[in-house]
Amino acid sequence: MHPAPSVILFSTLSGLGFGLLAFLGFGMPSATGFVSFVFFTIAYLLAVGGLIASTFHLGHPERALKAFKQWRSSWLSREGICAVAALLVMGIYAIGAIFMGQIWTPIGIIGAILSIGTVFTTSMIYTQIKTVPRWHNVTTPIMFLTICIAGGALLSGEVAIAIPLLAIAGIAQIAHWVLGDKALKNSGTTLATATGLGARGDVRAFEPPHTGTNYLLKEFVHVIGRKHAAKLRILAIVLMVGLPLVLLMMSHSHVLAAFAVLSHLVGVFAARWLFFAEAEHVVGLYYGKR
Amino acid sequence: MTTLPTSTAKKLGLVIDLDTCVGCHACVISCKGWNTENYGAPLSDQDPYGANPSGTFLNRVHSYEIQPKDAPAQLVHFPKSCLHCEDAPCVTVCPTGASYKRVEDGIVLVNEQDCIGCGLCAWACPYGAREMDAEEKVMKKCTLCVDRIYNENLPERDREPACVRTCPSNARHFGDFADPDSNVSVLTRERGGMDLMPEMGTKPVNKYLPPRPKDRDRSEDVDILAPFLEPIATETTGFLGWLDKALDAMPGASKNGGKS
Amino acid sequence: MPKDQPDLDLSPKVSDEIRKTTCYMCACRCGIDVHMKDGKVAYIEGNKDHPVNQGVLCAKGSAGIMQVNAPSRLKAPMKRVGPRGSGEFEEISWEEALSIATEWLAPIREEDPSKLAFFTGRDQSQSFTSLWAQGFGTPNYAAHGGFCSVNMAAAGIYTMGGAFWEFGQPDWDHTKMFVLFGVAEDHDSNPIKMGIGKIKARGARVVGVNPIRTGYNAVADDWFGITPGTDGLMIMAIIHELFKAGKLDLDYLARFTNASCIVNEDPKSDQNGLLMRDENGEPLVIDKRTGELAPWNGIGVEPDLGTTHRHAGVTHRPVFHLMADRFLDPQYAPEKVEDATGISADRIKQLAADMAHVAFEEAIELDRPWTDFRGKKHDKMIGRPVSMHSMRGISAHSNGFQTCRALHTLQIILGAVETPGGMRFKPPYPKPATAHPKPHGKVTPGAALNGPHLGYPHGPDDLLLKEDGSAIRIDKAFTWENPLSAHGMMHMVISNAHAGDPYKIDTLFMYMANMSWNSSMNSTGVMEMLTDKDAETGEYVIPRIIYSDAYSSEMVAFADLILPDTTYLERHDCISLLDRPICEADAVADAIRWPVIEPDRDVRGFQSVLCELGARLNLSGFVNDDGSQKYEDYADYITNHIRRPGVGPLAGWRMGEDGLQDGRGDPNQGQLDAYIKNGGFWHSEVPTEASYYKPFNMAYQNWAVKMGFFDSVQPYIFTPYVEPLRRMQLAAEGHGRVQPPDHLRQQIKDTMDPLPIWYAPLSDNLIDTNEFPVHALTQRPMAMYHSWGTQNAWLRQIHGVNPLYVPTKIWKENKFKDGDWAKVTSPSGVITVPVAHMAALNENTIWTWNAIGKRKGAWALEEDAPEATEGFLLNHLIHELLPEQADGMRWSNSDPVTGQAAWFDLRVKIEKTTAPKESQPVTPAQKSPIGTGPKSQAWKLGK
Ligand SMILES: Nc1nc2c(c(=O)[nH]1)N[C@H]1C(S)=C(S)[C@@H](COP(=O)(O)OP(=O)(O)OC[C@H]3O[C@@H](n4cnc5c(=O)[nH]c(N)nc54)[C@H](O)[C@@H]3O)O[C@H]1N2
Ligand SMILES: Nc1nc2c(c(=O)[nH]1)N[C@H]1C(S)=C(S)[C@@H](COP(=O)(O)OP(=O)(O)OC[C@H]3O[C@@H](n4cnc5c(=O)[nH]c(N)nc54)[C@H](O)[C@@H]3O)O[C@H]1N2
Ligand code: SF4
Ligand code: SF4
Ligand code: SF4
Ligand code: SF4
Ligand code: SF4
Ligand SMILES: [Mo]
Repeated sequence: MHPAPSVILFSTLSGLGFGLLAFLGFGMPSATGFVSFVFFTIAYLLAVGGLIASTFHLGHPERALKAFKQWRSSWLSREGICAVAALLVMGIYAIGAIFMGQIWTPIGIIGAILSIGTVFTTSMIYTQIKTVPRWHNVTTPIMFLTICIAGGALLSGEVAIAIPLLAIAGIAQIAHWVLGDKALKNSGTTLATATGLGARGDVRAFEPPHTGTNYLLKEFVHVIGRKHAAKLRILAIVLMVGLPLVLLMMSHSHVLAAFAVLSHLVGVFAARWLFFAEAEHVVGLYYGKR
Repeated sequence: MTTLPTSTAKKLGLVIDLDTCVGCHACVISCKGWNTENYGAPLSDQDPYGANPSGTFLNRVHSYEIQPKDAPAQLVHFPKSCLHCEDAPCVTVCPTGASYKRVEDGIVLVNEQDCIGCGLCAWACPYGAREMDAEEKVMKKCTLCVDRIYNENLPERDREPACVRTCPSNARHFGDFADPDSNVSVLTRERGGMDLMPEMGTKPVNKYLPPRPKDRDRSEDVDILAPFLEPIATETTGFLGWLDKALDAMPGASKNGGKS
Repeated sequence: MPKDQPDLDLSPKVSDEIRKTTCYMCACRCGIDVHMKDGKVAYIEGNKDHPVNQGVLCAKGSAGIMQVNAPSRLKAPMKRVGPRGSGEFEEISWEEALSIATEWLAPIREEDPSKLAFFTGRDQSQSFTSLWAQGFGTPNYAAHGGFCSVNMAAAGIYTMGGAFWEFGQPDWDHTKMFVLFGVAEDHDSNPIKMGIGKIKARGARVVGVNPIRTGYNAVADDWFGITPGTDGLMIMAIIHELFKAGKLDLDYLARFTNASCIVNEDPKSDQNGLLMRDENGEPLVIDKRTGELAPWNGIGVEPDLGTTHRHAGVTHRPVFHLMADRFLDPQYAPEKVEDATGISADRIKQLAADMAHVAFEEAIELDRPWTDFRGKKHDKMIGRPVSMHSMRGISAHSNGFQTCRALHTLQIILGAVETPGGMRFKPPYPKPATAHPKPHGKVTPGAALNGPHLGYPHGPDDLLLKEDGSAIRIDKAFTWENPLSAHGMMHMVISNAHAGDPYKIDTLFMYMANMSWNSSMNSTGVMEMLTDKDAETGEYVIPRIIYSDAYSSEMVAFADLILPDTTYLERHDCISLLDRPICEADAVADAIRWPVIEPDRDVRGFQSVLCELGARLNLSGFVNDDGSQKYEDYADYITNHIRRPGVGPLAGWRMGEDGLQDGRGDPNQGQLDAYIKNGGFWHSEVPTEASYYKPFNMAYQNWAVKMGFFDSVQPYIFTPYVEPLRRMQLAAEGHGRVQPPDHLRQQIKDTMDPLPIWYAPLSDNLIDTNEFPVHALTQRPMAMYHSWGTQNAWLRQIHGVNPLYVPTKIWKENKFKDGDWAKVTSPSGVITVPVAHMAALNENTIWTWNAIGKRKGAWALEEDAPEATEGFLLNHLIHELLPEQADGMRWSNSDPVTGQAAWFDLRVKIEKTTAPKESQPVTPAQKSPIGTGPKSQAWKLGK
């Protein structure tokens, strides 16, 4: 798939943002006043920033409101609704915390669940896509959720929780890669089933329908070199999990914690770039590009 | 509406005959022409006269090569447009309801006014049947020429999809799969019409007729055919001997007095 | 309707108006419905009532809208201001353009009209342009047939009075086995596709003989991946088998072919090898009824195939005996040809047996009584449902003429021509060689030529030679080098004019042929010839070039004066029975184009320009007695020109004594309107009793005279034995007044055999085939028309580059990978190009799509267009001359009989190389006189 920066930015930032909101909602930390203001500002900047970024890839962002309509079947619609609900609920909760010094725990819990739910709906947008076998399995929501929660823990300064969560997130990410690498093959979808011609012999794409490019090729048939991908994976896992773990375990300094967050963010960004760039859409089969 | 209708009154779609398609791209261009001028936004082209031309097409013709074990390689031309799936994943993923499947006839359409251009439906389609128009930024797809097939401004005989009307080798057939006696149902039955990527569970309405067996090993035929080449002679003299007899035996030869 | 579904307008208005005219993107000439909105073209689709395409339309036809709005359209007349080839022009007025042309041409006509060479490419108005050239008085006129498919046309005409090409087609409704030799797309594009669809639906068999398995060959049930240039051998082997097994239609051969004619076999006679004739010059047969000689066409005669005629101690045999000698020769046994053809003896036999089976065991009978020219009544029409079709794959070789002849002979011995299920001619064909004009070349300063330029010679006396034996024509057509060059040899014009051989010319005037690029062999060499200057005078060696094109093609850059043409929707045209017909076997038809839109530029229809230029030059046929312009424009010519009494360019709605009538008649001022009202065409069905056996069928003959195809009934028989060839041989043997030069005698004896033969492509004997083991071919892409599909925004997305396809064997030998490039070398050139793998390909053949490669700056494309950077032409590897002979001479790379350009004789070697930045060779850019196209487009008129 084409790794669109806006979408990668969205999933990275809003994942982290909603993760933080979830922790705040659960009262970790259960700060009030200015401290909570800082936390909520960061969380909202990330979550809303991510959401705004995501609209950049829409052809018609001005019609974005229409996207709330189809919650009955569409995960994208559900994500929108969930995100707005999470932001509203957490907004009320934040007002209490910042301006009234009140922690409205039930509202916080609802907000936290909605925040995590938002990330879940996001992950389901990809998971439901059967045409991308790498995504269409349980590791996708697990990976999204664990990274979101680990990120939240990290950002909310809950070091003790963050360390194990980061490790779990790392495992989830690796599992996603490992399973993902076999997913297309295991899906049973090949050029033979795509064309229905497999019984006659080996099928090979001969001429593409156009010598020029097209939307499908640009959007779905992104191919990256294996070596390149392997290096990036190492880099991503080191930055996302490895380095933050080391930093967190070294000391509790704010500076190092900030570095850990930054490293994590870049790592997630790289992993998400790979999430798209490595995703093999079956339509590529038709173009002989798989 | 994004949810799929539980059933549709008709199941309109295409049968594409891979045995007959010569890969001429006529259907590709007639589709481009009709749909540029008709339903929704025109199908635009980017850098049309430059280094990297591309554009929106609703129908594209691939070609594949098959290498059988013990026979010469074969080439198959392979047109592909929306298959108007019964379980169309492109419809259910759409957040706005812009993508829908018509209850009357099962045609899967995009209501361009509602499309936010998120691209998700194209992600969900296994067949590459949807393309986002780069100019208008809305999702385009085969409409099954919904604005032709019922169009009362067209003479009756022209109420068929543009691609079907134009296909020179008659490799494209349009009809109602819900009717077991329709041309498309009969063709599908008789010629073993197949689904593409059945494992995707999309239940495509469009069917593909497989190429007939080719370059069949005809060693068995040799016995049947051998009599046809049974030598009557191997050089001119023998041949002329045979000829005399053959001419004599011909009707009219003796009747007309025969030769001296 | 469910509440969530949008309310769709299912009956939107389609257009304001439909204007029906004729497509132009190829010689198929389908009928089109042009949908108009606000006076502009909105959508083009096929005309369902049109006899050619019955509603279907190919990709090019449907993309016509992009042709009509292409940014590459020329805008106004131009004169060259930069050096030739640079593309630097200045726009001028039509008055200036026509004055310049007149200034250049008028003096030549007075002094020596042959100083003008007027060649018109893929002209659809040849009967008009040739009239103009005739009026001018130059012998130097032809269209593109010589480099296209004259082998096919000439072999067909000489053998049976019509070829496949545009003159004949399979009986799609009845055929049970269709064998296709060497066709990628053909001129009859849509009808062939429709026919294949039809017979496939019926379950009939399609057999493809072609080194490459794409397109029609991809849908063939059986594929014979033959080695290029060897079809003749395979066909001879099939005939060999059929003779050996006696699977011949003897009755048909006896009655309807010259197999029954008696050959003079007296070795001492100067008539040796010619047919014996009676005092009226009619060939003789032996009448079964009497056992005596009788004219072939005598009433009631029953020709005998078997009996010989003895006279003065010499036995004279019928042609059929000579055929047996030839075809039973063991050299044509399948076992003998399998190595050369690459097709196993078993498969050749199978094919022969299949043909025999279908022809004789699955024969069909139509209950249609008919009467032949000998007065014999037949109560049935017997069908041999084996049909064949062929085009450039066999004709674009230097042995193509004889290969085409072999193919026709195969059809004839099966009785499968003009019989149900076989091949049928399209009126006004069939028409034997004798019914065509002979070539004319008598030049008189200031006056018209003595007759039509092109035609069919019947012996040495008909050649166009000067007293000293040199060529009358600049292209050396109708000389001993290529005696039967019935379509001229356009591919030799620039090369000969540059060499001053046979003489120098002053002005080269061309129309719609991209001769500096894809229609020339050796394109780089040709561009050098066009720009070469005389060292002494500093003048261009070819002093003046006038060119008419509608678009900014490569050739435009090399002209001194440009006469910009309209596009096909902006002008009148006529597709005339005097030219290349659009008829189908069941109907005679002609058609027009008419201005369905007005040009938005300062351009004029070329034919109308010729009407005016002809008048300015005072050409006979183009001025009235008082010297005034005869035809105001082409529409005027189409309506009012009279070729023979009662016969004009269009056969429909002519004026008779009792009102309008078809075929013959006087001009009708409302004729064009009548065509427009009828959808742009006229057609008239062949009467049922005349539908088969046309050359022999009196019902057809009478109808043909009524329609004006001929002026008198003239039945004929097929001629597997071609006497004009034998007459040339006789000259080479020393008989007769007109003698070939000694160095050509052997070639004439070897190649001009009156019965089909096979010889290896000429260049194979002049190059080291071990060094150049690989055959290199091109094919037409179905969605592109030569060079000019490229300006089309839709089509160029489909074919923007052309990889060189390499078979598995060569792919592996060279360890090629996707994305690799190869250096391809022929005896005359080198190209470096991208390669791709193809398995369904003859193992010694490589190929690419034709004419995709473009010169930078042409066609209003940007200079980095893929066509110019990655696309390429194979033409750089093909030379217009053969390598040097032993005697140091270089002959044209053409068929020695017809002069057909031997494109497909090309042999190369191929090796892997590092990818250069661009395909090699690179031709420096030409300047675009009309700029480049827009950066994006969304073409829509309606809301
Ligand atoms: N779409 C489209 N249609 C066209 C044209 C076009 O440019 N585009 N051009 C028109 C013109 S001008 C012409 S002349 C016709 C030509 O129509 P075709 O005759 O179909 O022309 P080519 O594409 O040259 O195809 C030649 C075929 O012969 C095969 N071949 C080559 N050598 C041999 C051989 O030795 N034996 C056999 N059996 N096969 C061989 C090649 O593989 C190829 O398939 O098409 C006309 N129609
Ligand atoms: N390697 C290789 N070369 C080949 C062949 C091959 O098989 N292989 N095939 C050969 C054959 S058979 C042919 S016929 C030739 C064809 O080659 P060309 O005859 O050169 O064909 P086109 O490229 O179509 O060029 C025709 C020119 O006509 C112009 N034109 C188009 N429409 C109009 C119009 O309405 N009016 C005017 N005045 N001009 C117009 C176009 O712009 C173009 O410049 O190519 C030959 N060259
Ligand atoms: S082919 Fe693709 S776009 Fe068409 S209905 Fe099926 S999934 Fe949807
Ligand atoms: S691109 Fe348009 S039609 Fe497709 S899912 Fe998004 S909103 Fe729906
Ligand atoms: S049915 Fe209409 S929209 Fe669909 S591919 Fe055919 S022409 Fe295009
Ligand atoms: S128009 Fe018909 S023959 Fe041509 S590519 Fe399309 S389906 Fe195939
Ligand atoms: S075959 Fe195509 S290009 Fe040729 S005349 Fe017909 S529609 Fe036009
Ligand atoms: Mo041609």
